[in-house]
Amino acid sequence: MTNSLTTQKLIDAVEQADSSAKLLEAVQNLATAASVETVPILIAALGYNNPGAAVAAVDGLIQIGEPAVLPLLQLIDDFNYGARAWAIRALAGIGDPRGLETLLEAAENDFALSVRRGAARGLGIVKWHQMIPEQLSDAQQKAFEVLIKASKDPEWVVRYAASVGLEGLAESLTERQSQLAAQIFAQLEHLQINDVELSVRSRVHLALEKLRSQTPVEILRKLQDNNTSESEKVSRGAGRR
Amino acid sequence: MEKLNKQKIPTNDNLLIVVESINHINAIVKAILSMDSSLENIDSPSNGESLTIESAIANLNGTDLGLRFYAAWWLGRFRVNEPQAVSSLIKALADEDDRTPEGGYPLRRNAARALGKLSDITAVAPLITCLQSSDFYVREAAAESLGMLGDSTAISPLTQLLEHGLENGVLVATQPDTKEPYDAILEALGALKAVDTIPLIQPFLQHPIERNQYSAARAMYQLTGEVEYGDRLIKALAGNDLQLRRSALADLGAIGYIAAADAIAQTLAENSLKLISLKGLLEKQVSPLTPTLSSDAIKVMNLMDLLL
Repeated sequence: MTNSLTTQKLIDAVEQADSSAKLLEAVQNLATAASVETVPILIAALGYNNPGAAVAAVDGLIQIGEPAVLPLLQLIDDFNYGARAWAIRALAGIGDPRGLETLLEAAENDFALSVRRGAARGLGIVKWHQMIPEQLSDAQQKAFEVLIKASKDPEWVVRYAASVGLEGLAESLTERQSQLAAQIFAQLEHLQINDVELSVRSRVHLALEKLRSQTPVEILRKLQDNNTSESEKVSRGAGRR
Repeated sequence: MEKLNKQKIPTNDNLLIVVESINHINAIVKAILSMDSSLENIDSPSNGESLTIESAIANLNGTDLGLRFYAAWWLGRFRVNEPQAVSSLIKALADEDDRTPEGGYPLRRNAARALGKLSDITAVAPLITCLQSSDFYVREAAAESLGMLGDSTAISPLTQLLEHGLENGVLVATQPDTKEPYDAILEALGALKAVDTIPLIQPFLQHPIERNQYSAARAMYQLTGEVEYGDRLIKALAGNDLQLRRSALADLGAIGYIAAADAIAQTLAENSLKLISLKGLLEKQVSPLTPTLSSDAIKVMNLMDLLL
């Protein structure tokens, strides 16, 4: 009871804010409370064109987690692209598999690069273990294909995000998925040599270093062997559409 | 909720969709600062028709003013570094057909901006001529592009333009002096490593327009490597004015000032601009030849990951 009274006060403070500094502070306080009742207000704050408030609101929504997923999914289409980018970041940060379709669609087709990059990163941090096991392998394959496409985006920052996403996806794979792992390694190795942007190549370099340090030697060796035979498959997957 | 709508600040965000480089942010920051409406076409290539190199060059040499203006931008955006594109853009620097009601030259501005991106030094002399243009924005675009082209013959004419703001080595004591695009000139002199001009740049650290102070700090850092100038830009990230924070982000990215990494990640501005700024820091840390990543490079990438 006291809790929701306090929450109401925090909500009132957001509604009464009459300067962008006050709004920022009010949203920050509301986000810190991370209470389920604040979800609609935090989502609304994504659309105020106040970057500080939006950052705070995204953090709050990620904290709240699962209960924020459906409201975000329901509202996402109505948003202008600025707010949509923030909503995608919130969904990405929560990592709930129910957001997967939205992330896939956004990473592949959104016209705004800020949305594509947020979604590409999000594809690397999905909580795959919450997914029905029968759907898992198809879903990860689809995420892989979309990330491959994102890794060829004309915007450097989307390709950067795709390499972060590929790293995350590779980390989530089990030993039984060595074929997909090999495909990810092959794509990262390709990007490390061929991307035109030094910063993208550097991020790919970091991804490969991290993945190699986490992967047991015998699997790495197996991947190495796979790479030669799998490389054709990679380009086929990438060429779809 | 109704009440909150009034909080919405008029949006410049559509300008930010295709920001892809430091020079591009500079152009956008300046567009926002100066409200130069001719730059609005920068917002999204999807607004324009899709061009090929041939059709862009043909449009630039055509008669439709809108198509010419867009083609000039397009050739720069997609870095069409072909002799025919360069020569057509150089020709456009002398255009008389496209005029604003105030007497400005929109096509010349876009052509001058594009030539900076094509790394062809045959553009240097014609751009130097543009520094005498009656149109402030043509002078600004030319100064910026001369900085990018890196040819030291531009130093002396740029210095002469800078001196319009000085009298016996001190700032002219009038109200905020907006005669010349001092920010672009200062930045170009920094990029051109014009160390002899340090005494002329230094007074601009006190210029009444903050944007010009930052450009002076940026140039001073590039010319001296002294941290006080980089630190001044870090301080600017904590200021109250969003547009000035945006421009400090561009400056820090341009000089690749590694000590600014955390301040960049934390400042209140669009993630897109922070990412571009951090990209500038990262690229200073990784040389194509070094096989290992430094801890500073990894730190910058970790910050970037969180902003995606």
